[in-house]
Amino acid sequence: MTAAIAAEGLRKRYGDVQAVDGVDLEVKSGEFFGVLGPNGAGKTTTLEILEGLRKPDEGSARVLGLSPWPRNSALLPRIGVQLQASAFFERLTAREQIVTFGSLYGVGAARADAMLARVGLADSAGTAAEKLSGGQGQRLAIACALVHDPELLFLDEPTTGLDPQARRNLWDLLREINAEGRTVVLTTHYLDEAEILCDRVAVMDHGRILKTDPPATLVRELDAPTRLTVESGRLTADRARELLAGSGTRADVADDGVTLTIATRTPAPVLALLAEQDALRGLEVRGATLEDVFLQLTGREYRA
Amino acid sequence: MTAFRSLARAQLLGWSRDRAAVFFTVLFPLLFLLLFGSLFKGASAPHITLLQNGPVVLFDSMTPDQRAQLNEEVTLVRDDDQADALEKVRNGDDDGLVSQGPDGRLVLRYSVADATRAATVQGVVNGIVQQANQDASHAPPTYVLQASQVEDLSTKPIQYLTPGLLGWAIATSGTFTAALTLVVWRKKFILRRLRLAPVRLPAVVAAPVAVTLLVALLQTAVFLGVATLPYYGLKLTGQWWIALPLVLSGSLAFMSIGLLVGSWAKTEQTATAAAQLIVLPMAFLSGSFFPLDSAPGWLKTISTVLPLHHLSTAMQNVLTRGGGWGDALPTIGGLLLFTAVLTLLAVRLFRWDDA
Ligand SMILES: Nc1ncnc2c1ncn2[C@@H]1O[C@H](COP(=O)(O)OP(=O)(O)OP(=O)(O)O)[C@@H](O)[C@H]1O
Ligand SMILES: [Mg+2]
Repeated sequence: MTAAIAAEGLRKRYGDVQAVDGVDLEVKSGEFFGVLGPNGAGKTTTLEILEGLRKPDEGSARVLGLSPWPRNSALLPRIGVQLQASAFFERLTAREQIVTFGSLYGVGAARADAMLARVGLADSAGTAAEKLSGGQGQRLAIACALVHDPELLFLDEPTTGLDPQARRNLWDLLREINAEGRTVVLTTHYLDEAEILCDRVAVMDHGRILKTDPPATLVRELDAPTRLTVESGRLTADRARELLAGSGTRADVADDGVTLTIATRTPAPVLALLAEQDALRGLEVRGATLEDVFLQLTGREYRA
Repeated sequence: MTAFRSLARAQLLGWSRDRAAVFFTVLFPLLFLLLFGSLFKGASAPHITLLQNGPVVLFDSMTPDQRAQLNEEVTLVRDDDQADALEKVRNGDDDGLVSQGPDGRLVLRYSVADATRAATVQGVVNGIVQQANQDASHAPPTYVLQASQVEDLSTKPIQYLTPGLLGWAIATSGTFTAALTLVVWRKKFILRRLRLAPVRLPAVVAAPVAVTLLVALLQTAVFLGVATLPYYGLKLTGQWWIALPLVLSGSLAFMSIGLLVGSWAKTEQTATAAAQLIVLPMAFLSGSFFPLDSAPGWLKTISTVLPLHHLSTAMQNVLTRGGGWGDALPTIGGLLLFTAVLTLLAVRLFRWDDA
């Protein structure tokens, strides 16, 4: 099966800023691919190069086997794009927007209406795009990107600014779209989103891809300690250290006055010890997450 | 074609819902026409009211024909209360008071408060007296003066104001629509979004152009419709409809100015200011609001290089002076050439994106 996207050595510079600095990327057909990275990492710029909006200074990209630059009218109908900043005609209603975009691709109004209903905007069809809420606007942008039934969908931070409920609804929609066999490339700041949706995730920073793997693999390979937390008070940090040292268990202990946190690679004996001390109140066990991967790869605390 | 149609539809819908745009492109210039049209109505030849005090043989012996002719210039009112009549002339209600003395001498009393009227009333009465003397002598006149106005007789202000203000209206809407559409579409990423769709650039450009041309025709229809109302009294001459191709080519020319402005300007504010800085002075210098007949020579020289001046003049020729294709074609050609040059320049400056 041919790759949906194959890019090698992409570089793009804006004045002094090296926005994209040698990106290699391969996205398989039908894959749900995530690009994760902090603000300014170069996610949008990378997508723009793949969509054919920008010419890379260096490197080459093939999208669905075609070159996106210069503007390639054989490729355009096969890809759908939701831009980070939504682009709507002024003073047109939601329905008029999607009908207009649809007709640019030769798609009739019936399909446009169906798409509007599918993203849950049927009730807002007559609302001017300027008056839609942030989340409704995002959904309209996605509907406009999907109206012509593209094989490959680019979504730049589709869930930014959505409430948790709307975010979940959108996740369901995106999963359905992917299940229909469409390739989806999505950028996000939300690690949970990447973890839940993506088959593979590329972690990006300073214009480079630091690592590309399935989320589970990224987490597993991190080999990070398990963190056990309980309520403070039952057991002091010093006493815990003493007991753990006595049993020969390696662990880091910290107490911030609210919770006692024990980080260890061998959680079983620690749990037994906490049980023995009757200090299990409020117990939580947390394995490593993408957040830890992010921290380790970028050296930065994650800020959503 | 469907792409062009749906983009044009989107543009037209957006335009018609933009109250400010509709106001400034159609209603605002129309208000100017209504206002100026009323202000200058009949200003070229003030109509005189003359009071007659007591019997005046000259007037009383007129044939109905002579009286009708007199009525074209003067309204003659009989008022035998001399004090009252004098007062009316003094405070400007009426323009002159004529009475006949016992020796047959005609006495005309008038006020100089309004110099034009004072001169007119003297001229009129003097003319009547001369004519009567002439008739009484039963000899052909030795010298005859035939005076005629240089702006042919049809030049009432409305004949001049309509093409002038219409030209200004078309210039405004063409320049602003093109400049703002370009800037807004770029700023709101609509250009970028369109670039991602399989539409050809000509369709993207043609849609707003077509809508602006449509608006220009609408402006023309409204203007001519209002100006030809009996109250304003515009009289269209023979091939007035040649104004339509003039309007279209003028609209294109000003859109090309707008395109240039929009390609260069980054924000709506800059675009609006730049467009206004170009159009408003051009309107004044082109004589859209006031005739340039009495303007200094250098100003007339400037006006000859302004597209709006040529547009208004050609429109005036075909609308009200019986002009034909001969008057319109050179202007249409010039405007289209102007459009081509500026559009080429704009294409060179064109940016899909801000960066
Ligand atoms: N049009 C532009 N002109 C100049 N610099 C730009 C432009 N677009 C992006 N940059 C710079 O390039 C870098 C990468 O930007 P990019 O938008 O690709 O980041 P991003 O990962 O999408 O960030 P975010 O998460 O905030 O959307 C940033 O430093 C940004 O300032
Ligand atoms: Mg971005």
